[in-house]
Amino acid sequence: MWKLLQIELFKIFKRPRTYIAFGAIAAVVLLFQIGMKFDGKTYLDLILNNVSDSFEVDDTFKGKLLNGYFICFAILNILLIQMPLLVALVAGDAIAGEANMGTLRLSLTKPISRTQYMLVKFMASIIYTLLLLIWLAILALFGSMLIFGTNSLVIFRSEIIEQMNSYDVLWRYVAAFGYAAVALTTVSALAFLLSVFAENSIGPIIATMSIVIVFTILSEFNIPLYDKNVKPYLFTTHMVAWKGFFYVQTDAENRTIDGSIQNLPAILRSLGILVIYIVGFVGSAIWIFRKKDILT
Amino acid sequence: MSELIRVKHLTKDFKEIKAVNDLSFAVTAGQVYGFLGQNGAGKSTTIRMLLTLIKPTSGEIEMFGMDLSKHRKDILRQVGAIIERPDLYKYLTALENLRIFAAMSGVRIPEKKLMDQLAMVGLAERADSKVKTYSQGMKQRLGIAIALVHDPQLIILDEPTNGLDPQGIADIRNLILLLRKEMGKTLLISSHLLSEMELIADSMIIIDKGKKLVEGKVNELFDPAETIVELKTTDDKGTYEKLQGSSLKGFVKGLRNDCILLKLHRDQIPALVNDLVQMNVAIVSFHSKHSLEDYFLSLTTGKEYVEAITN
Repeated sequence: MWKLLQIELFKIFKRPRTYIAFGAIAAVVLLFQIGMKFDGKTYLDLILNNVSDSFEVDDTFKGKLLNGYFICFAILNILLIQMPLLVALVAGDAIAGEANMGTLRLSLTKPISRTQYMLVKFMASIIYTLLLLIWLAILALFGSMLIFGTNSLVIFRSEIIEQMNSYDVLWRYVAAFGYAAVALTTVSALAFLLSVFAENSIGPIIATMSIVIVFTILSEFNIPLYDKNVKPYLFTTHMVAWKGFFYVQTDAENRTIDGSIQNLPAILRSLGILVIYIVGFVGSAIWIFRKKDILT
Repeated sequence: MSELIRVKHLTKDFKEIKAVNDLSFAVTAGQVYGFLGQNGAGKSTTIRMLLTLIKPTSGEIEMFGMDLSKHRKDILRQVGAIIERPDLYKYLTALENLRIFAAMSGVRIPEKKLMDQLAMVGLAERADSKVKTYSQGMKQRLGIAIALVHDPQLIILDEPTNGLDPQGIADIRNLILLLRKEMGKTLLISSHLLSEMELIADSMIIIDKGKKLVEGKVNELFDPAETIVELKTTDDKGTYEKLQGSSLKGFVKGLRNDCILLKLHRDQIPALVNDLVQMNVAIVSFHSKHSLEDYFLSLTTGKEYVEAITN
């Protein structure tokens, strides 16, 4: 199994297209950091406009707000919505790409079970997803910490301001990246399932993105009927639960409790739902693939 | 001689289409077994079932004395194959492709042996070139190297000469003969090229519409000395009429727009030429074709070769 996984990773990282995602992340992060370095205070003013009635902010405080942790949070807010496309590029290609090249039939004449073949393929796409996230963490978190320094993290929700002490932030990012890994693996599993039906990788990639976009739009609908009956079952609803690690509890004097999370059970429930989706998608993909006649 | 493959009552339906219909045959160890049929006859479907790419609707496949459905991995470890085209990872080099498929075959092969394998198919000097720079013939040879890399007992080649130039076809033919004679391999080769099969196969099966038409040793299936002659003269029509009125009438099978067709035994050719000269026929060309085509067409279409091509 390990040998097969090595082969899969070798094939993935020998393809130039694999590096498109790494390049795209680097470009977005770098451009955002440059923008924030030279015009970060204007960006903050725009955010603070919403809360300025109840929250007085001077320039010194703005300077403290604009630190590496804050920049990373802003980048994650933007990128974790776009990253499914990058993940789908590899997962959607896993089986369909092999079928398209004609290598699927040769591979399946080797003494490897189809279940093993599928598991290895999926594991390779998980590793790819993890590497993308590690790359994102290096650039967005550690890069921003290096450029902007560290301080307390203040984030703004619609009418709430969350504040975390500098020493209480890093573990939250570790948890958030871990959660994002599961969320993106769900997209990867969907692309992987769709890949079984196709004979070129464009179809599964477009189909995955279409599903993610439609589900995300549905997740944003503020219609009571959907709130109860649809949204809780869409995986896209639960993909953004990583933000929960940055929502903190406060004491009676409205001070942040270090190490606290406002609603951990909700995060765990969302995590559980994503895991169920992953198992469902991958299980279905293997079941279908085991029965499939290879005609390409 | 033991049987490496035994297929019993194999059937595959694709919805209403019966691609393979109650097919049974056996391949003995050490022989080159030709699997013949026209395009769409069911050859590739059968081969894909032997390689577990397609599940049979019914029937049994035994290989190396084991049931394929129960001992898939044990069987495939001893099989090397090319199915239709040798599609490989174009963005990788020949050596990388070979290394990958060797590892997938479950064997650890030293680099030296991988290079030897490439040398055997004449690709050692291009080992580090990406496959996308290869010609069709080179890809085919690399495909064969991949099929052989784990030293299988049985080699299955589906249309191995498809898309190759005459030199490429000759190279593959020589390689197949080498594998059989020098290395003692058993080969199952599908093709629609009868003349190629005749040169390399010991036994053959001819199938049509998924059904077996005939199976047996090549030299028992037809008389190799039977010949179709395509005769071109300065006046085909006049010669044709002359022949109809002569003792050679029995040999004449038809007049096509570009030649006269005759069917006779190879031993009768000198006498035929002599008679034609005595009849003052000005011969432009005299081309002898093997009667295997005739045999094949009579089996698959119910028509003789001459009838098929004159119509």
